[in-house]
Amino acid sequence: MRGPEMWISELPPFVPFFLAALLVLVTRGYLQSAIMLAAPLLGGLHLWFDVGPNIRVIYQLLEYDLIVMRTDQLSLVFGYIFHIAAFVLVIYTLHLKDTLQHVSGLVYAGSAMGAVFAGDLITLFVFWELLAVSSVFLVLARRDSTSARVSIRYLVYQVLSGVILLAGALIHYRYTGSLAFDFIGVENPGGWLILIAFGIKCAFPFLHSWLTDAYPASTPTGAAVLSVFTTKVAVYALARGYPGTEILIYIGVVMACFPIFYAVLENDLRKVLSYSLINQLGFMVVGIGIGTALALNGAVAHAFSHILYKSLLFMSMGAVMYRVGHAYASDLGGLYKTMPKTTVLCIIGAASISAFPLFSGFVSKSMVMTAMIYEGYDILWLALLFAAAGVFHHAGIKVPYFAFFHHDSGIRTSEAPTNMLIAMTIAATLCVGIGVFPQYLYTILPWEVDYWPYDTTHVLAQLQLLFFSALAFVWLNKQGLYPPELHAINLDVDWFYRKLLPDAGRFTYRTSRQLTDKLSTAMKISLQGAQDIFRSTPLADRYLAAWPTGSMVMWIAIILGGYLLLDHFL
Amino acid sequence: MIETHTSLLLVVIPLLAAPVTAILPNGRLPWLLTLAVSWLCFVLAIWQFMQVMDGSVISYELGGWEPPWGIEYRIDIVNAFVALIVAGMAAVTLPYALLSVEQEIPKDRISLFYATLLLCLDGLLGIAMTGDVFNLFVFLEISSLSSYTLISMGRQRKALTASYQYLIMGTIGATFLLIGIGLIYSETGSLNMVDLNNRLPAVFEHRTVHTAFAFIVVGVGLKLAMFPLHLWLPNAYTYAPSAVTVFLAATATKVAVYVMLRMVFNVFSTGFAYVTPTDDMFLLLGVFGVVFASISAIGQKDAKRLLAYSSVAQIGYILLGIGFASALGLTAAVVHIFNHALMKAALFMAVGALVYRIGSSHITQIRGLGRQMPWTFGALVIAGLSLIGVPGTAGFISKWYLVLAAIEQQAWVIAIVILAGSLLAVIYIWKLVEALFFQPAIDDTKSVREAPLSLLVPTWILVLANIYFGLNTELTVNAATIAVQVLENIPQ
Repeated sequence: MRGPEMWISELPPFVPFFLAALLVLVTRGYLQSAIMLAAPLLGGLHLWFDVGPNIRVIYQLLEYDLIVMRTDQLSLVFGYIFHIAAFVLVIYTLHLKDTLQHVSGLVYAGSAMGAVFAGDLITLFVFWELLAVSSVFLVLARRDSTSARVSIRYLVYQVLSGVILLAGALIHYRYTGSLAFDFIGVENPGGWLILIAFGIKCAFPFLHSWLTDAYPASTPTGAAVLSVFTTKVAVYALARGYPGTEILIYIGVVMACFPIFYAVLENDLRKVLSYSLINQLGFMVVGIGIGTALALNGAVAHAFSHILYKSLLFMSMGAVMYRVGHAYASDLGGLYKTMPKTTVLCIIGAASISAFPLFSGFVSKSMVMTAMIYEGYDILWLALLFAAAGVFHHAGIKVPYFAFFHHDSGIRTSEAPTNMLIAMTIAATLCVGIGVFPQYLYTILPWEVDYWPYDTTHVLAQLQLLFFSALAFVWLNKQGLYPPELHAINLDVDWFYRKLLPDAGRFTYRTSRQLTDKLSTAMKISLQGAQDIFRSTPLADRYLAAWPTGSMVMWIAIILGGYLLLDHFL
Repeated sequence: MIETHTSLLLVVIPLLAAPVTAILPNGRLPWLLTLAVSWLCFVLAIWQFMQVMDGSVISYELGGWEPPWGIEYRIDIVNAFVALIVAGMAAVTLPYALLSVEQEIPKDRISLFYATLLLCLDGLLGIAMTGDVFNLFVFLEISSLSSYTLISMGRQRKALTASYQYLIMGTIGATFLLIGIGLIYSETGSLNMVDLNNRLPAVFEHRTVHTAFAFIVVGVGLKLAMFPLHLWLPNAYTYAPSAVTVFLAATATKVAVYVMLRMVFNVFSTGFAYVTPTDDMFLLLGVFGVVFASISAIGQKDAKRLLAYSSVAQIGYILLGIGFASALGLTAAVVHIFNHALMKAALFMAVGALVYRIGSSHITQIRGLGRQMPWTFGALVIAGLSLIGVPGTAGFISKWYLVLAAIEQQAWVIAIVILAGSLLAVIYIWKLVEALFFQPAIDDTKSVREAPLSLLVPTWILVLANIYFGLNTELTVNAATIAVQVLENIPQ
């Protein structure tokens, strides 16, 4: 009797997206748009109404059971927000006439669903790699030489993460005999490898440079899409595999603090947002590291609200790029006159990321902060407080201020296209909605919570923090002490592999080349006489032409001889 | 044991068809006959494979002479599996060959070309079927001599040098094999594989047998392009006509791997191989082969040459599988023989289609073609993903078993090398993709048409096979598992 319903509820959430991607490939125009909208809409409604927790769908490959769908409250929350974000982003990209971006965007979103609902490490690995491969096209689609170079660096990082994940999974399997994607922990080397794989995608310090490299180089719409999925899949994976792993607290605090300085210096506003993305991830990683129910809920809730306001900010910068062609703080300014709606929406996003009371960032970030106090991490709490103030400084004030106000750059453009405005409005509405009615978000969180953010101390403390941070910005600006916005490159860890490594490589190559040159010159001189004689004979040409054959015969002799010697003496 | 003539037909039909083809008038008739023969062989090979799939053995006494005196054809699942690959690849390559060969081979040599191709097919099938080591050498020479001829028919003059180089090297390899066979004959007085397997243990201590083994391993290692004995391969694959490259890349080295497996495991034995440095040598040369050949592939400027170096790297993976000397490693090797044939044939076909349209496979010449030849490009990308070992493709299955085997042996370094090899493969496949799709065409005004259907259809059959065998592993893995039991002499 329950047959068909069972089947419906067991449809893995990535399937609608992949199907839509196939259809989008062969359709154009309104039909294409309709299919793109239908995938997240129908998929999301299906997830909300038909799918409950505790579903397992198993697909047999080789002798392994792949759990392609496993639902519980944790995966469902991420599933909901991914569907919402995918829907918003599809609206945001509707004006594009680029099937490549549409297809890769849908596959990318679908892979994120696949990873979040994966019940074993092999399935996770498959979608992990699909995430990498599909997302690279959002960078490549800019179709210039910079994006081509950036994308290969991005791809290497992402594929490396996948390879480490697979290696870790296999070693983990040898130690535990299980490939299930549940709590993993760091008891065995496999667990460490998997943590590193997750860490690459989650932009841990020193592993983060792909993010600040690729996101600003992607297409105007691509950055918004990228900002939603990759890192949040990693946050989900950490919350699933490593809750309560103490090292994550320290990693998270570093992640929350160090990007502040870069973000203040940076001129490309999309790069500022990329750094602030890492900063926000820091709060989630801290929450996972603490591992209490409140902290984990905080991490999940923060991921939920973060997806909305961060994509809103990236979307507003994307709109600026769409109209102006770039997002350099030094060359923007005064855009509020011609893009008033985008300005207001961007400010809502900025207020949310800065955790103003009544905006979404406040109700989720405070959960992590409170959990930290409960567990007695006072000093680290202060560090996070500093990070929270910094967020307001660079993302909350800097981005809207330099883009839309500041000195008038003289750019006169027009308002963002309607579809972009609709998408940003939906995201902004949700940001405010969550901030005002947090109880609806709290009910879908994985663990039971008895928490309410709006008490006097909280609100006052947060407002104080924000006002002093604003004061600092105003004062620095008035005194002319604020770092000027310049077209400059700020060195980050990618300096090691983009500058130091190639330079070192070139140096080694040149030195060894010189050495061999000298050596061969020396040999040449000593053998000159013999060579001259040899060269003058007709044998010379024949010898040179036949060189590869000769060298191979030499190899045969070496291998046969070496083999026989080994056989004889061993 | 089943007595049947079918297996013999697999060798006899191409052998008889070859001279007939040679005297046919140049035109499409030789091609048609060759096509018919290859498809017939494919059907016979499938039938034969189904006969032995359950582990039974077909034995045929040539001329009614009882083994071990007469030549015996002894078909177990390993033979049948290799014969299936050879016949299958021939059946897919021939439809592809028609237009490609008409363009690349002078019209007055077409019937000779197909006659030689039939001889090559016959030699490879013969190696796969025979149960007699000297007969094996004869077939090896038939296939080798015909492949020298086939390579020399490439349209660049360098094809002659490449062919000559291969001739010298191949002859040394074959001579080594013959020396080895001669030595074991002098020790045991037998040439029958099963008989040798019974007689050799008595003389395992003899220095002569050890020397014979060394000659055989090195000689066959040369034929299968074991690093660093691979120097003949890049030139041969680069300058041979496209269809020949496809056929040889998919079959010749695979058959040589089969000879190696048969010699090491069945004629001698696993136990004997353990007391010699063979397994260590395979692991060492496998690791170096994977690393160096992959890096060389990245540095290549010609698409065919790039794929040729990639083949050497893939052979490295197979050697690693054999070197692990475990059931899992051997399974990986046997599965990879099959899967690599699929992916490399598809890749060479795609590149051959580019050559068909623009006459060159140089990286700078093929720039921007991906947009104008989307189907060819798509085939190249999917087959490339399979080569990298992306899940959902055949390549993933073999990599998976190989990594499992490495972990089972606690060979962490080798596991890392295998995974690093995938990363290197990403880079060299990306190099092709970037040139084809992301770089501007050299001449924007000239539009290049998509390759003709007779080239595209065989290519896509192989591409889809790559995906099919990546999802459904029943045929490959089951066959490989039973084959490994046969190789390791585990009673059924």
